[in-house]
Amino acid sequence: MADRAQFADLAMEHMPALYSAALRMTRNAADAEDLVQETYLKAYRAFESFSAGTNLKAWLYRILTNTYINSYRAAKRRPEVSDVEDVEDLYLYHRLGPGDGTGRSAEDEALEGFTDEEVKGAIEALPDAFRIAVLLADVEGFSYKEIAEITDVPIGTVMSRIHRGRRALQKTLADFAQARGLVGAGPAASS
Amino acid sequence: MDGDEERGRCTGEGASDVDCMEAVRQLYVYLDGELTEERRLEISVHLDECGPCADAAGFEAELRAVISSRCKDRVPDSLIDRVAAAIAAEEARGPVAGQA
Repeated sequence: MADRAQFADLAMEHMPALYSAALRMTRNAADAEDLVQETYLKAYRAFESFSAGTNLKAWLYRILTNTYINSYRAAKRRPEVSDVEDVEDLYLYHRLGPGDGTGRSAEDEALEGFTDEEVKGAIEALPDAFRIAVLLADVEGFSYKEIAEITDVPIGTVMSRIHRGRRALQKTLADFAQARGLVGAGPAASS
Repeated sequence: MDGDEERGRCTGEGASDVDCMEAVRQLYVYLDGELTEERRLEISVHLDECGPCADAAGFEAELRAVISSRCKDRVPDSLIDRVAAAIAAEEARGPVAGQA
């Protein structure tokens, strides 16, 4: 059984990651700060029920995610589509043009060219369920099983949301790459 | 190099039972480290043998690293202070069980 006196030592180090996740979820700095504070308070109060030695980070994320869904998503101002258009595998990869002829440079250029704002914005543009799945998998590196526990949905659903969310993300990123002239005419582009 | 047209098309033969379509289909699960050991090995063998698929897999892995690295945010000092103060206030209220 975990000891509350240890809470600050153990939990505070996760704040940067939790804050980033909160920003992606709420898309608003003030709400993100409130969400983080509420999460820490809830975690502190519940800390005695946390089994020491198990995954503290996942436990904190579960509190964060539940709090977001129950308190912040419900209060959202604008309506939102709940599904994503599905695009094919390797969407971005197939769209990157030949670059300057060496093949690799369009890919490098695209990857290096994505700014923080573009990537954060692309994630934040995803509908809730997909956004949460992608940020837990790709930004935080949780396993499918951990994400299933954090979000309380079956693993199959987690996988579907991650994969479809990633493809939708690639579609947005492809638009940014296109604006930089890095996208060829299509998958079978001739040059 | 034929570039785009060769992508996803396996040009060689190999010991792997996995073809390019299958490798691409399983690619995310493979990169996530979520395949069974047997399946992981099959995909891995295919990627060793198939340049186009290996290139695609390399790109997807790099994209993942880029996404993760671009999503860092600085925690405002004020938030750290707020949270520390809120927890201290809770502590001062006393434990749930024990002293009144």
